[in-house]
Order: sequence, then structure tokens, then C-alpha cells
Amino acid sequence: MMDEGTELSVTIAQIVQKLKGSNLHSQLERQAKECLQRPEIQLEDLKEDVKEFLKKSGWETKLQNAVYRELNVLPPPSHPEAPAEHIKEPLAYLRKAQGSWEKRILKSLNSMCTELSIPLARKRPVNEQKELLNKWNEMGTDEPDLSHFRPVYAPKDFLEVLINLRNPNYDSSDQPSSKSHWGLIQVPLKVKDIPELRESFAELGLNSGQLGIDDTTQVPADVFESEHAGIGRKVLIEQDSAAAEQYIRQGCPNELRAELWALILNATNEPEDILYYEQLKSGVLHHDLLVDNLIYKDVKLTASNDDYYFVFEDYLYQVLLCFSRDTVVLEHFNYNSATPPKSYIQGKLGLEDYAVVYPPNGVIPFHGFSMYVAPLCFLYNEPSKLYTVFREMYVRYFFRLHSISSFSSGIVSLCLQFESLLQTHLPQLFYHLREIGAQPLRIAFKWMVRAFSGYLATDQLLLLWDRVLGYNSLEILAVLAAAVFAFRAQNLMEVTSLAAAEAVLADLSTLKVMPLLQIFLFATIM
Amino acid sequence: MVAANRELLSPTMVHKGPGYGYQKKREGEPRSCIRFKCTLINTIQDVLRQRAGWVEVKDDSEWDFYWCDVGWLRENFDHIYMEEHVRICHFRNHYELTRKNLMVKNLKRYRKLLEREAGRQEAAKCDFFPRTFELPCEYHLFVEEFKRSPGSTWIMKPVARSQGKGIFLFRKLKDIMDWKKDGNRSEDQKDETQVESYVAQRYIENPYLIGGRKFDLRVYVLVTSYVPLKAWLYRDGFARFSLTRFSLSCIDDHYVHLTNVAVQKTAPDYDPEKGCKWQMQQLRRYLSARHGTQRVEELFRNIDGIFIRSLQSVQKVIINDKHCFELYGYDILLDQALKPWLIEVNASPSLTASSQEDYELKCRLLEDTLHIVDMEGRLTGKEKQIGGFDLMWNDGPVSKDDINLDALGSSTLTANTHLGYVNDRKTQLRQLLKSLSGQKKV
Repeated sequence: MMDEGTELSVTIAQIVQKLKGSNLHSQLERQAKECLQRPEIQLEDLKEDVKEFLKKSGWETKLQNAVYRELNVLPPPSHPEAPAEHIKEPLAYLRKAQGSWEKRILKSLNSMCTELSIPLARKRPVNEQKELLNKWNEMGTDEPDLSHFRPVYAPKDFLEVLINLRNPNYDSSDQPSSKSHWGLIQVPLKVKDIPELRESFAELGLNSGQLGIDDTTQVPADVFESEHAGIGRKVLIEQDSAAAEQYIRQGCPNELRAELWALILNATNEPEDILYYEQLKSGVLHHDLLVDNLIYKDVKLTASNDDYYFVFEDYLYQVLLCFSRDTVVLEHFNYNSATPPKSYIQGKLGLEDYAVVYPPNGVIPFHGFSMYVAPLCFLYNEPSKLYTVFREMYVRYFFRLHSISSFSSGIVSLCLQFESLLQTHLPQLFYHLREIGAQPLRIAFKWMVRAFSGYLATDQLLLLWDRVLGYNSLEILAVLAAAVFAFRAQNLMEVTSLAAAEAVLADLSTLKVMPLLQIFLFATIM
Repeated sequence: MVAANRELLSPTMVHKGPGYGYQKKREGEPRSCIRFKCTLINTIQDVLRQRAGWVEVKDDSEWDFYWCDVGWLRENFDHIYMEEHVRICHFRNHYELTRKNLMVKNLKRYRKLLEREAGRQEAAKCDFFPRTFELPCEYHLFVEEFKRSPGSTWIMKPVARSQGKGIFLFRKLKDIMDWKKDGNRSEDQKDETQVESYVAQRYIENPYLIGGRKFDLRVYVLVTSYVPLKAWLYRDGFARFSLTRFSLSCIDDHYVHLTNVAVQKTAPDYDPEKGCKWQMQQLRRYLSARHGTQRVEELFRNIDGIFIRSLQSVQKVIINDKHCFELYGYDILLDQALKPWLIEVNASPSLTASSQEDYELKCRLLEDTLHIVDMEGRLTGKEKQIGGFDLMWNDGPVSKDDINLDALGSSTLTANTHLGYVNDRKTQLRQLLKSLSGQKKV
């Protein structure tokens, strides 16, 4: 086992490697060179003086934020000899399952391609490019014939795969007992119980102020709200990501949210970012991809039918079409158990030299994918800013919701966590639902896969995502799912079918997220 | 939800005031039933039919309450005798506020008055309607203004029609030749019937857009008396979105520029299930997230100002009648500087529901309207909130806080309006009823 010191130096080396050659690096170099003109820089203490200057002018903070960003996404430390695939996913059987799932998806995509005789990618003729450019701001008005396209998969298909996961080394031949797991997920991953969750989510405790609870009209603003907002403004002035992440655990005031999220995600909107977005846009204009149709279909089926997000339809195309072509997204596959699908140039099947990642960003959208973007349209309306924030949210969090891994924020762990919480704290309810053929996960799964987007009212969703960012973890989704069941337990005890249970839980739009979470975590009698 | 209200509103509650007339009964006893008449077949009919103790009457039977249409009112109001307790849902000459040409005339006159009496700054607070001219009678004035702003876009609206009918945009004078006063019409044409009265209004070219789309706000204001002026503002309302992205380049596209649901419904890609509305609460949250609470509070204060000043401008003109109340639908447009503009006031806002959510909103609105009209005689008259309605003006501004107005300068008080805030009507009505029954004389 490595000692802490070696672990740290490996991490530092990794981060330095990552940041070298980045935009920030060149900016720092330029700043350092330019500051040599300044009077306070003396030759005797050149190094110290330059450092001091960079600190005072806010560049050190920017560097800190970049480092912090890398730390946030870095996988847990592992053995230096561990191969790359182990870093993506240490457990072999899960790697295998992810691999087979990917094969299935790709097969489905390819067969759709063959059925409809549409190439996976095709260059657009010039007049078509011009036309698309003209209607770039209103692609929603287009009515392409999407009837032949179907989503490659829906969350419930993915659920079936997860249900069938089995650890070959795990002997589950014991007779089912009260100790055995009642739920659908049958893999032995470690998940937190309520005492551990209370520790992890300490800032949500009953004695701390919360936005989403202590900012209602009955509570005077000076009890918590005004002070918290003041601290938020200070954090923004300091531009410190780590401080922002800590701050947002208690929620974020409406007006500060757009900036604070961008700060936490270290999502900048510099000219380089805008230029990059424009490049992606021209990529969309030049080539038509099969997945574009999947995106159109998904937006039309989900976001356009939503009572609140329908307004943002055009933005969704502008983000998702560019997203599909963004090869920067490929970097996240280093720590994602998934592997980007490969396609081969016509006629060169199997020849690695002719393999391309398809789609270019390696992510095949599924039914409901556009709902990851929709809530962000509430906060950002410049396309490049919206894009950068979404991309960062995806490579930090959302990808975990549709890939098979053992990571604590991965969907498998979230499902298991949800079921364990329910079994431990609402055993009567769980048993009853099982008996009537309404396994709770069958209802809660779609909420978690979408991170509750489209199920909660927008303001509640944003308060929830505040905490996802603040704790850098998706575990709160599992806790909320369990809390919702706890809240509606009485009604659920009276139902006698899966359909009736679904009906009780069909409408979450009136729920207040923070009180539910607080009560479930901190007021549950154990 | 309406069923739940039944228990809250049974008429066996405290009764105040003298006997109600036709159905003779003993002093101090509540009216056994309230006879209502309603010719509209939509939400209001449902709400009236479900109200405890209210009975529908038809044809020529006597009634205590009539939700009539404006046509009936115009023909019959002057000929009927109404007993003291009777209520009807329109004022005799509401059109002073709701017909576009008359509203503009009244507002302009009021503005002049304010300028004389209170100065320019005060008068400027009436600048919430775009430059408007009635055609053909103000044609020449219009042309002067038109020439002063070359390239501007104008919108023509028929004075008396609704639901977006007959509206069009124009940029060239030749498009409105028909409304030219004493125009070069041939002898044959002069025999034709007079051209319909229109108003030409400066089109707001920089509307506030969300998702690239234009929208307007529908807000509900209930007036129970003009002299003294008593007006209530409903917390719920909605933003109506145009189905397509806003662009000035295509002024022929009816669907972009008009956000009236009635017009949108005929657009080729209209999906009735979809709906194109946001609840007011959603809009308020969105704007607060974008612009901060302070700016949004200022915006809503300015919107309050539109209601008050428009009502004040017709206060002396409207024939006040204690039998009358009126529920107005105000259409407000926001521009990019977050300035609100008054587009129109409707005396008969659409009560047909476009979706389940819309139906529920209109039910709440109408139930609370009936609570305020208070045929059951339960209220004390001192209430500042009834259901989702907040008392906005009671012969003077109404403040949120219960402070003696003489003690403080009025500028430091917060107005008692909550447009786009949480509508806590259920809790509020329960508490109100409890307190009213607590005052019941034994």
C-alpha cells in the first residue's frame, strides 16, 4: 500500500500534468511576464515578488479553483500499477456488464441506421448549411419527420440491466431472511446508512439555517436569509470555488445562483470558451449526425411537453447538438466506467486505424437526456455560458446516472442506497409494496436517473442541485427518493397495485425538498 | 377542491344586515338560498353551481345574482329594478376602461389633470401606455407622430373586438389608407358603411423575451366600487407565450406578435395539450433569478401603479352602482428594460380553461370573487385578504402592515399586493371563517 506522501505526490503530478498546456497555464505565464514591468517586482526577490503579485491580482485563486476542480473529478487514489481500466471501474464484473450494455446500445443504434438507410454521419451540402444557420435560433420551429426514430433506450431498459447484475464471487445461496435485501439490486456495494449520512450531510441538520426552509415568508429575513445572502456575495467577490462549494450546502439565493454554480464548476466564459462554442456550432452546420435526430426526438418528447421548459426548446438544441460534437468530453471517460462507442469508416470494419468515436463526444443520448439541460436554461441564456456549465455538470455528475459502476455516486449505488434506506426505516411499507408487485425502485428509478429534473418544481430542483454541487455527490438523490416515499407512506400503504402506487407518486410538483430531506435524515427515529 | 370549500362556506353562518327581500324571512336569519343566473357555459357556471346554498334560476325568474354578458347588460341594465342585495358582474359603462379608444382618452385626460395638479413627475407615472391614436378621427395627429419616428412599427387594433381578431401590424402609411379621414374615396365608396373604429398604437419593438419568445401577462383585478375606489388584486395570473421566436423581420406572422391564447390556438403547430403559459409564480421566480429581488419588486410595484392609475382615470366617468362589481383581466407587456406597459383591460376575461391547471386557477379566482362579493353577508368589511385576493386600494393605498397611516409617510409603507407570490388561499379562508364564526352573536 502506498503511504499518504506518495499518494499525494502522484495526485499532484497528475494535476500538474493536466493543467500544463491549459489555457490557464498560458494566461499565468503571460501575467507573470507582464508583471515584470511593475515597480514592486524587484530582481533580488523575483520569484517571491511575482508570486505575491499573482496572489494579489486574483490569479492564485484562479489557479486554486482549477486545482480544486481537478481534485473534485479525480478518481480515488489507487495503486500506481493499476491499469487504466481499473481506474475507470475496479470491479471486473461491473466492467463486464457495462461493456455488454454498451454493445447492446451500439447494436441498436446501428440497426436503426441500417433500417432507415441513414448514415451515422454525413456532410451537409452548402445550401443546407446556410439554411440551418438561418434558423439556428429557432430550430424548434422545424418539424422534421421523426416518426421512424426511436430513442435508443429508456431508463426502464437500463433498470432491467441493473436488476440482473450479479457478483460471481458473492454467494447468495443462503435462504432469504430478514437480513437479505428485499429490493431489486442484488450487488453487495457499500452504501451509507442514516448515521453516516447525517455525518456527511451535517450542514443540513436541524440547527443550521437552510434556503428552502428558512427563507419562507413566515420566517423574518434577518434570521438567516439576509446574512446568508451577504456571505454569498462575499464568496463571489473572492472568487473561491472551494468556499463556494462549502457555502452552497445551505442553499443558494436565487440571484446569486448562476454565478455561484459557474464558480463552483469553474466554468468560465472567456473569449476562448466562446470561440470554442462557435467552432462546435460550425461542426453542427457542416455535418449531420444520426444522433441529432435522437436529440430532436428527445426534446420534442420530453422538454417541449413540460409546462415550464417548453419555452427553452431552442436553447436545448443549441446545447445538445454542440455537445455531441465536443471531443473535450472524451476526457471524462478516464474516470467513467463507460467507454465511448467506436464506429468504423465504411468498408473498414474492424480496422482500428479506421475507427472513430461515435458520436464524437462518446455519449449516446437516451430518452429524457435533454432534461439534464432544461433546468439550466433558467439560469443562463448566453448559449456558450449555458453550454459550458452543462458540459461541466455532465462530466462531473450526470454521466454517473447512466453508467454501471461501483462509485458511491453511481446509479447502482444510489439504487441500492435508496432500497436500503427504505428497508431499514420503512420496512412495513417496503414489504407491503413488494407484496403487491410494486417494487419501490421501479417508481423511484426514473427520478434518480434524471436527477429529479422534470419531476420537482423548478425552484425546488435548483435547491436540490445546490446540494449536489455543495457535497460533490449524487447521494442526496437517493435520500430524497426515500424521503418522498416516507412522506407519502400513509397513502402508499393503502394501495393494492403497482399502477395505484405510481398514481400516488405521479405528481411531485408540490413537494418541498429541504424539509423532506431534513426530516428524513435528522428527525427519523432509529 | 371546490368540494372541500363546501363545508367552509355553508350559509348557516353569521348573518348581518337587514332582510334580503323577496324571500321574506325573520330578521337575523341567514338567507336560505341565493338565486343565480348565468348565461356563460364555462368555469363560472361550474363554480356557481357548486357553491353551497346557491340555486340556479333560468329565463325570466327573479334572481339575486347574475353573471351576465356585456350585451345583455347594455340592453337591459337601464330598465331593470334591482333590490339592494342584488349583485351583477358588470358596471354599466365599463367600456370607458375596456374599449381601447376610450381608455386611452380617459388616461390622457387624467394624465393632463395630474400634470396640472401634481407636476410632471407624477404625470409621468401614467406613461405606461404606448402612443395611441383613434382612427379615423385622430388620423392627422397620428400621421404627425408617425412621421416623427420613421421606421417604427405600429399595431392596429379594432376598438371593440377581442381575442386578437382584426389586429395587424404595419410600417407604411399606405397599409392603413382605409382609415384616412376624408380620404380620396370615390363617390361609390362613400356610400359604403363607415369604416370600423380602430386604434393605432406604437408597437413595442423591444419586448422582454424568455427563450427567445415574446409573452404578455394576464392579471386579474376585482373592483367592487368606484366611488370610493375599492380594488382587489389576485395573486395568481399567468404569462402567455407566443409559440414562435420573436423577430421583427416578419410582421405578417400573426402568431409571433400576438400572444392571445385565442390566436395561438389557431396557429398550425398549436398543441392544446401543451399549453403555452407560465404561472405568475414561475415568472416571478425566473425574473428574480435573472435580475435580483429588488428590481423585480420595483417592476411589480410599477405594475400595481398601472392598475391604480387606470382605475383612477375612469373613476369619475364610470357610473358607480352598489349592485355592480367587475372582474377585469389586465394584459401587461414587459419590455427589455423591465418596464411594464398596459396593453388592454378586459371586462369579460376569458373564463374558458385551456388546460386542467388553467381550470383550477379560474375556479379559485371565481370562488374568491364570490367570497368578496359576499352574498352570504359574512364579512366584516375590514378584511385585507380574502382567499387569493389582496386588497390593493381602499379609497387610498392599502399597506401590508397594520400601521396607523398618519404616523408614517406613505412612501415608507409596503403595498398590500402579492402578485406572483404563494397563494395561500385555503389556509387563509379557513382562518378567516374561523374568526368570522367566532364573532357570531349568540
